[in-house]
Amino acid sequence: MKKSVLKHAALMTAILVAGSSALAQGKKVEFFSWWSGDEGVAANALFKLFEQKYPGVKVVNSAVAGAAGTNAKAVLKTRMLGGDPPDAFQVHAGQELIGTWVVSNRMEDLTPLFKSEGWLTKFPKDLIPLLSSKGGIWSVPVNVHRSNVMWFVPANLKKYGVTAPKTWDEFLTTCQTLKGKGLQTPLSVAGGFAEQHLWESVALGTLGTQGWNDLFSGKLKFTDPRAVKVWDTYGKVLDCANKDMASLTWQQATDRVVKGQAAFNVMGDWAAGYMSSTLKLKPNVGFGWAPSPGTAGTFMFLSDSFGLPKGAKDRTEALNFLKVLGSKQGQDVFNPLKGSIAARLDSDLSKYNVYSQSAAKDWKSNKIVGSLTHGVVAPESFMNDFGTVIDTFVNGRNAQAAAAQTQALADQAGIGK
Amino acid sequence: MRRVNRDQLTALAVLAPSLVLLAIFVYGFIARTAYTSLTDWGRDPSQALAANPVIRYIGFANYKDLFTGFLDARFRQDLVSALFFTVFFLAGCLLIGLLLALMLDRNPRGEGFFRTVFLFPMSLSFIVTGTIWAWMLQPSGGVNRLSPLVGLPAGQFEWLTSRTSIWQFDWNRLPLVTALVVAAVLVWVAVTAYREGARTRGHVAVACAALLALWALTGGVTVKLLPYPEPHGFNLAFVGIILAAVWQMAGYTMALYLAGLRGIPEELREAARVDGASERQVYTRVIFPLLAPITLSAMIILGHISLKIFDLVFAMAGPDNTQTDVPALLMYITAFRGNQFAKGAAIGVVLLVMVAAVIVPYLASTFRREART
Repeated sequence: MKKSVLKHAALMTAILVAGSSALAQGKKVEFFSWWSGDEGVAANALFKLFEQKYPGVKVVNSAVAGAAGTNAKAVLKTRMLGGDPPDAFQVHAGQELIGTWVVSNRMEDLTPLFKSEGWLTKFPKDLIPLLSSKGGIWSVPVNVHRSNVMWFVPANLKKYGVTAPKTWDEFLTTCQTLKGKGLQTPLSVAGGFAEQHLWESVALGTLGTQGWNDLFSGKLKFTDPRAVKVWDTYGKVLDCANKDMASLTWQQATDRVVKGQAAFNVMGDWAAGYMSSTLKLKPNVGFGWAPSPGTAGTFMFLSDSFGLPKGAKDRTEALNFLKVLGSKQGQDVFNPLKGSIAARLDSDLSKYNVYSQSAAKDWKSNKIVGSLTHGVVAPESFMNDFGTVIDTFVNGRNAQAAAAQTQALADQAGIGK
Repeated sequence: MRRVNRDQLTALAVLAPSLVLLAIFVYGFIARTAYTSLTDWGRDPSQALAANPVIRYIGFANYKDLFTGFLDARFRQDLVSALFFTVFFLAGCLLIGLLLALMLDRNPRGEGFFRTVFLFPMSLSFIVTGTIWAWMLQPSGGVNRLSPLVGLPAGQFEWLTSRTSIWQFDWNRLPLVTALVVAAVLVWVAVTAYREGARTRGHVAVACAALLALWALTGGVTVKLLPYPEPHGFNLAFVGIILAAVWQMAGYTMALYLAGLRGIPEELREAARVDGASERQVYTRVIFPLLAPITLSAMIILGHISLKIFDLVFAMAGPDNTQTDVPALLMYITAFRGNQFAKGAAIGVVLLVMVAAVIVPYLASTFRREART
């Protein structure tokens, strides 16, 4: 009896080995992301393009949906630590990649790819330094979203006789005007990341482009009186906002503006996709937008990008995949569906909607800075605890304490070193 | 030398695989986590996820940070929240469960139907419960819209979004409060010991209590964990979460109590009535004392669920809501989002100790009882 068990085991092993080698014969590339739903459609278009260009190579889509990428990132860490990296994985461009994976020496330098594809001149010149560290370029940005946008309904503003404010001081005045006219919560804010998202717009608008960059290069301390003032302003801005933030998703916060329960909302430009595709509103009629107060002329960007982990099993295919991701055709297939703009400067604007065309124009002409909330300027270890600092501030409104905590976080995360 | 017989050998052989698996995958991993919590894994970002990270032993620095560090106020609030949550969750489940069980015990019509109805929420996952209740507890919808149906003004209660905290105390008072609470428990132990006639046990307990109280009043008052006052209290935003949790687990408690009630022989009730006990006295003097073991089991089972709770809170309030945070959630984001693996492990160990404090005495007393019979 024992013999037959052994025989069975041997047979099973043989079948398994044969099966896996059969799989290995067909070439593949594994693509790891948190894109699902609408974004999954855009990713599929990209896969189709890749399979057309490289016939015989199959794209294996391992998406882990949910919680704005938190779940996917946890799975990714498990796989990387276990020595099973995917061939290409989604990561926010900048420090989210650099602070976690580049410093731990897990990524391949993509400078040769950027050179051979001629990408060094195809992307904005402010962008490349934000993707680089230690003399290497670490990821290929496939799309670009803008963080510092303020949304409103033009007709409602006209009704109240106000315009989109140009500075945060002006915003606070407008806020009082609107409150005087019976609008209790002129600003709608959602919970979670949206609180941090609003903070970065306030900080950029208060400190200016140079001040913002200095903050994350360590030249300006978070405890500097100028930086403390950001928290003061943030507190005043929150006084104009709804109190039930924590229970709202960003879509529900957008809904409040659309329904006229609030006048303004600061959110990334995925809100444009939500309002035009889901709510069927017309750009410039059903909804309007402006750079968030004090940030005109600056494009605070975030980007999904893909890097090449060391030890990728299908390295050649992965490099080919990155080539498609960074190509003009690839970006123009993906971005109109995703509702973002291309990171490249030469994209075909006729394929994009009205909002994206205006954003693409700014992408070419504005100064470019990185978003904090979405991983460009600070590493994960900073961002993880910064959420706590913001939430503590929202409760206690202690600007000095928040500034001191942020500086302690920055020291811990090694910002400015 | 004692000979091992064939039977014992077979038993050992049969048990060995599960013993080995348990040793590795439970106790081995616990040991590994405990060790990790004493290292600096994650303090240096460049080592956190490196292929061969340099990990140094740093003793109890992570624990020191958690309990007294400037940046870890969130953990301390989480501990306080977990305790409050446990107390209210237990009280709610036990009370409602007992009430439902007593009602069903009177054999109403359609008893089977109601039993199923009350038990049903337990079959849902906490994620489903959390999502549904998060919708119902929206400030401007759901539960708050019920009152206009009967002509009252709409409810204003901020179920999950309240930022009010009540019953606050200064974290610096923690050693003092702990000492006094332990002293109180010791006094209680002493009282029961004297009542049972165990004089030595009573003397020891009284002595320990006196010693603790003395320390609390002399040394404990001046101990400062932090250089500044740090208030922690019960966040009212937890009310919504407690509501959902009780909704889910009260039916289960009811089932436990119902089994207990059915286990009480009718003769006992009859005997009490013959002895002239009123219907109320039948309950307070006969039935409730007999239900005490059930209450203890329910408290253990619910208590360790509530200390470890994660999914319900994650679904109802998300990961970045410090008002409604619990240690398990903080452990997850600290380790797997912030890459602070050692600190995450330390939170895990604190959780383990808390749950062990609930479960181990229970297991010990069960074993002792089994050994006796």
